[in-house]
Amino acid sequence: MWIRSAMTYRTSFVVTVFGNLAVTGLDFVGILLMFSQVDSLGGWTLPEIAFLYGLSVTSFGIADLVLGSMDVLGSRIRDGSFDILLVRPAPVLAQIGADHFALRRLGRITQGAVVLVWALTAVDVDWSVAKVLLVPVMVVSGAVIFSAVFVAGAAFQIYAQDASEVQNAFTYGGTTLLQYPPAVFGKDFVRGVTFMLPLAFVNWVPASYVLGRPYPLELPGWVAFVSPLVAVGCCALAGLAWRAGLGSYRSTGS
Amino acid sequence: MGSGRLYAAVAAGGFRRYATYRAATLAGVFTNTVFGVILVYTYLALWDEKPHLGGYDQAQAVTYVWLGQCLYSTLAIQGGGAEKDLMDRIRTGEIAVDLYRPADLQLWWLASDLGRSMFQLIGRGVIPFAFGALFFPMALPTDVMSWAALLVALFLAMLVSFGIRYLAALSAFWLMDGQGISQAVMILGIFCSGMVLPLNAFPGVFGDIVRVLPWAAQLQMPADVLMGRTDPLGAYAFQAVWAVVLLAAGRLLQSAATRRVVVQGG
Repeated sequence: MWIRSAMTYRTSFVVTVFGNLAVTGLDFVGILLMFSQVDSLGGWTLPEIAFLYGLSVTSFGIADLVLGSMDVLGSRIRDGSFDILLVRPAPVLAQIGADHFALRRLGRITQGAVVLVWALTAVDVDWSVAKVLLVPVMVVSGAVIFSAVFVAGAAFQIYAQDASEVQNAFTYGGTTLLQYPPAVFGKDFVRGVTFMLPLAFVNWVPASYVLGRPYPLELPGWVAFVSPLVAVGCCALAGLAWRAGLGSYRSTGS
Repeated sequence: MGSGRLYAAVAAGGFRRYATYRAATLAGVFTNTVFGVILVYTYLALWDEKPHLGGYDQAQAVTYVWLGQCLYSTLAIQGGGAEKDLMDRIRTGEIAVDLYRPADLQLWWLASDLGRSMFQLIGRGVIPFAFGALFFPMALPTDVMSWAALLVALFLAMLVSFGIRYLAALSAFWLMDGQGISQAVMILGIFCSGMVLPLNAFPGVFGDIVRVLPWAAQLQMPADVLMGRTDPLGAYAFQAVWAVVLLAAGRLLQSAATRRVVVQGG
């Protein structure tokens, strides 16, 4: 229904997709601006950072396409219309995903994919079968990890009600963070996003293997391949948080 | 005198309206702080690679980041202030009610937006800035005069910011749907205000151009005034000229718009 409603105004749809492309592309323009002044950042070259960027934005874009409507949750709780979702005979999470489902978010995925493809042709890598296979695995597990963050954030919103911006810090903040090499950040910070909120497994760790860079925190070699496991773990935890959130939900009564 | 009180009351209303959402304010403080930390690390890496980029040393670059996070919602750099409500009122036709009020449309919205800015500065801006000053080396002046100079620059920045967004909002009289314009406001705001990179680090002719656009009055000027990198009077003149130009253009567009207003029936 949301797709059909968006398609009713075709020009407007095309314009918003392009607008979306431009908005999300700003980050990359920022990176290009930085590289107009320097040759490397934290020891990484532009194609290498573009590789990180493409992976992070594509994964995030997929998660955002499926679950990005989570920010609507806060206002639905506030105005009481969340109750309607609860009484319908369909999983609440699927309904929220479909709520205001916006195909314009394809703009972000497109932009991430374009940068990723360029990066793949530009990086100086000795490609092996394992490395080639790892790229799609990274995109998919990254999307799953980001989705788990969205769901956990939604669960938090049920408690906090009017705090959808906290979620932005982890979702948008997370994808921004992963666009830069881990060497840029402080050690404790990297530890936090590796062990507490395992965003490092979206791209930092597996991309270090592909590019032949030292792993963040001197992790052992095999961790480059655990991203799918981390993704499954994140989903389990997010699922638990979501159930706990739903269980504690009290309607505003309006 | 009576009208002065009216607009003061409107401004106070704008302030109170945003002050009501305490959880949202806290959430915003948290988000700005997280983004500030990420940006500071990337800037430090960049300035490590190229010291004195744009004439800033590392402490000045860090100060710039935190001032940016402090002013992000204060100046509605990516939009989302009074212009959003105004666009809605134009689209739904409620603007007709506003036009009947015995108050000036532009001044009314300016007062309301200034109230919002003040709240965002105090409620949302100060804490991330203080956090930055506590945990990262910053180039902060110790004399009261520099801080007073900053406040003047901030006030002028608020006027310029409103001027840009008011023009954008009025375009809804012709376009009806504000989405495209809001997107343009967002892109230009983030990019040309220097949220991505300080404007003085932009290269070549491109840099020369963004530094004379009105967006430069929003973050670049206050930052340089605070750090004593520019003559405050020159900065004020730059900001004031843009404020006058934008507000006058807003006035012109407003009179053109209200002459052709066709109220949407619901």
